[in-house]
Amino acid sequence: MNEQSTSLSPEKGSPQPALRRSVPLWIQIIVWAGLLGLLTLVAFGLRRSQQGSLVIGDTLPNFSLSFFDGYQMQGQSQVNLSDFKGKVVVLNFWASWCKPCEQEAAFMESAWRYYKPGGQVVFVGADYVDTEPEARGYLKKFDISYPNGPDLGTKVSQLFRITGVPETYIIDQNGKLAFSEIGPFASEADIHTAIDGLIKK
Amino acid sequence: MKRNFWIVLAVGLLALLWTRQAYAQTPVPSDDAVNAVARQLFCPVCENTPLDVCATQACAQWRELIRTKLAQGWTADQIKEYFATQYGARVLSEPPRQGLNWLVYIVPPVLMLVGVYILFRAIQSMRKPVSSESGMNDTDPNGTDVPVSDEYLIKIEEELKKRQ
Repeated sequence: MNEQSTSLSPEKGSPQPALRRSVPLWIQIIVWAGLLGLLTLVAFGLRRSQQGSLVIGDTLPNFSLSFFDGYQMQGQSQVNLSDFKGKVVVLNFWASWCKPCEQEAAFMESAWRYYKPGGQVVFVGADYVDTEPEARGYLKKFDISYPNGPDLGTKVSQLFRITGVPETYIIDQNGKLAFSEIGPFASEADIHTAIDGLIKK
Repeated sequence: MKRNFWIVLAVGLLALLWTRQAYAQTPVPSDDAVNAVARQLFCPVCENTPLDVCATQACAQWRELIRTKLAQGWTADQIKEYFATQYGARVLSEPPRQGLNWLVYIVPPVLMLVGVYILFRAIQSMRKPVSSESGMNDTDPNGTDVPVSDEYLIKIEEELKKRQ
């Protein structure tokens, strides 16, 4: 058997079968590094998309919102969340094309008028992917007086990871999420219940 | 002097009338013109639905917005830029060529090239063993074919005969 194998092998000096040319090392490194980078990006993207809604107690990152013409808060046409430290912030996401938003619009306005004199609570409306003429029509229709502005580039809604409209987030005096309502408030009393507990603290 | 004033006034009035007439004749952009822009955009609310075929009220509003902008003389690129600013770059059917978006344009062709290379290597390796194991010929370092020695072939044939 051993003899056979030696006799089959070509003699010294006779042509050898060509060796397989391997891919250069630097190409291998680039390919593997690229693949790893791509997978990391995909992993981050997946992680972000599967984060789900915000959790009560989450500290919210600062964000700014520019208001529609005619709306102001503390003399400013643009506000940052950090401006409201020490106050309760009610942030309502809405859109003119959203029928459930209409359901709660009157409750929101009524609640704002109730808390406005106290100065402890601030209401802000963020108009989510909307057209301005229709948004203005909506604000006029429901006589909404608290400051509202377009969520330009959906930056604020992405921060809050909203899943639709309406959604309302109540942020406490320390900038932490204290309450969230996914969908419309069923009554004005529900809004009061969510806010009153924070004011009494 | 007085005569000049009346000439200027008459020219001014004529210009105003002509402008008003031209404004009145500005055609309302057709549905086709609106859809030509709308199909380059995606509904910001619905998942993966081009704006031209989206049936929601919100999409109807956005198409009307496109019509208004076209009537105002905006170009398709200006409208797309406006939509990207208002609703985010995700509404564009073609992501802007910047930042990480470049991956969308670079990765698929690169993967395609890698695939073609792997296929090429696979086909090459399927062919090579046949030629080298049969010992009919081989390749020297310069890449030219070298005839396999007769002695070697004779030996193989002898071995095969022995086995039979």
